Amino acid sequence: MTTELEPRTYRVTRADLVAYAAASGDPNPIHQDEDVARAVGLPGVIAHGMYTLALAARYVDEWAGRSGRIVELGAKFTRPVVVPAGEEGAEVSVSGVLHTDEDGVETVALTVTCDGQKVLGNPRAVLRA
Amino acid sequence: MPVDAGLVGRTFPPTEPYDVTAHAVRAFAEATGTPWTDGDPAPATFPIVVAFAAMQALMDDPTVGIELHHVVHGEQRFVHERPVVAGDRLTAELTVETLRQVGGADIIGTSSALTDADGALVCTARATLVHKAGA
Repeated sequence: MTTELEPRTYRVTRADLVAYAAASGDPNPIHQDEDVARAVGLPGVIAHGMYTLALAARYVDEWAGRSGRIVELGAKFTRPVVVPAGEEGAEVSVSGVLHTDEDGVETVALTVTCDGQKVLGNPRAVLRA
Repeated sequence: MPVDAGLVGRTFPPTEPYDVTAHAVRAFAEATGTPWTDGDPAPATFPIVVAFAAMQALMDDPTVGIELHHVVHGEQRFVHERPVVAGDRLTAELTVETLRQVGGADIIGTSSALTDADGALVCTARATLVHKAGA
């Protein structure tokens, strides 16, 4: 059985990335400092890949109505999310298709995009009952 | 210089125990706008906090030959045996599972086993690190 889940859009600002860097213990300056990001050839400050994966998990938790149901979660980081300065930041859109197999195991195949382009490869979550 | 193939199968010393606090989980959830209240299981990607420390140990090891600033996170997966909750004391032990060279880059497959204070497996965090030497 397959169900399409309601898409959602999340705004990401540089302030969020600073908060995430502190909370996750990943201080890599390419996620905070425009000069450093450009010096390594990026178009600007980019979100942590793990930030974007956390948004995918958030989407699943919001749909499920609580945390703790995800037993498996994974994705490839295929394209950076560039986060401009200011309150506008970037918009990340998440949608999902829920598959329930005959044993009742629920899997959400996710699509995560920024500016209409996929930023995660094969993002997927498996849920416990 | 490519990373030595002898790295495959090597397990690094476990990280210092990490005490999961409600404060830390809340900060992590708030940074990503994830709904969370005291007593809830931690968000599914929270174990990266502990796994990241294990990856740091790999990258900091001078015998490995990985230059931190040339590493890109290529892929991440989590398998949860149970949700992480505040009050857990977690330790991560990283093993290098795979290594291949593609177009001058080292593709390093790692697996970090996160165990609780009783030694029970809580989460397996697999990270693929892409290392472009001298890039």
